Amino acid sequence: MNPIVSAASVVASGLAVGLAAIGPGIGQGTAAAQAVEGIARQPEAEGRIRGTLLLSLAFMESLTIYGLVVSLALLFANPFTS
Amino acid sequence: MYQNSFSISHSLYLLSEVEVGKHLYWDIAGFQLHGQVFIVTWIVLAALLIFTAIGTSNLKQIPQGLQNFMEYAYEFLQDIAKNQIGEQEYRPWVPYISTVFLFIFTCNWAGALIPWKLIQLPEGELAAPTNDINVTVALALLTSFTYFYAGLSKKGLGYFNRYVSPTPILLPINILEDFTKPLSLSFRLFGNVLADELVVSVFALLVPILIPLPVMTLGLFASSVQALIFSTLSAAYIGEVMEDHH
Repeated sequence: MNPIVSAASVVASGLAVGLAAIGPGIGQGTAAAQAVEGIARQPEAEGRIRGTLLLSLAFMESLTIYGLVVSLALLFANPFTS
Repeated sequence: MYQNSFSISHSLYLLSEVEVGKHLYWDIAGFQLHGQVFIVTWIVLAALLIFTAIGTSNLKQIPQGLQNFMEYAYEFLQDIAKNQIGEQEYRPWVPYISTVFLFIFTCNWAGALIPWKLIQLPEGELAAPTNDINVTVALALLTSFTYFYAGLSKKGLGYFNRYVSPTPILLPINILEDFTKPLSLSFRLFGNVLADELVVSVFALLVPILIPLPVMTLGLFASSVQALIFSTLSAAYIGEVMEDHH
């Protein structure tokens, strides 16, 4: 198998997770900040805000997970290593 | 080529080995089946059936013990369907939503809580069935078929109005959405479960004792949230095709 292909796959799999973590990181920060603000403003709504926050955090996290799936495919099921 | 395991060749570390892409193959009628998934799935199904059988035998007017827990779980699952589909027509979809939730939840927790590494297989390893992409794709396709059935049985051929609903310009995007829904559902579940297991395994590889525990707890929490998300999204998709635009 081509060593260039394998080296490029390893580098790309690292980059896939790293780059995919940037956007969701910013998004999760914003969502958490807004949730804290909401709780500070309306402490009685804390339960509902927390539930919605956890659900939406998991949605954002799944974007990073897509990057992880790509990198796992590159590492363990690489279509280019024949 | 890369399908070797990340293991340090030391007997102490054998329990923290992680294998990706290795399966116990069963050849049945020309198909290659991933045996380890079937074994764990049957155990999960048996556990669910036994729990329900014990919980629903000897029903009482004032629930106690396991029956009380069962009723609590049922109301929780009913609320998922009710919140997404609506008070009017959520009832026929409660069985589907709760089946999906319970199956995914039990699979994830069974994969994390039962020490599968103590059982040696000739190839592959026992783990949560949801860390196999075939299982999650099957579950996601079930959701797709279910919402198609829901829309067609409620609206008949008028269901296809949905594809041209705001303007016919959005037709390609609306058709594309039918493909991206199962794709994102299956990848989300598969990736999350596999990521949890990989993180725990890597931690256990580095420090075999005590340090992976908080990560395992986080994994348990995250996998239950994934079960909740899968069932909530299934209910949301079903509710979306059944709502009236008039």
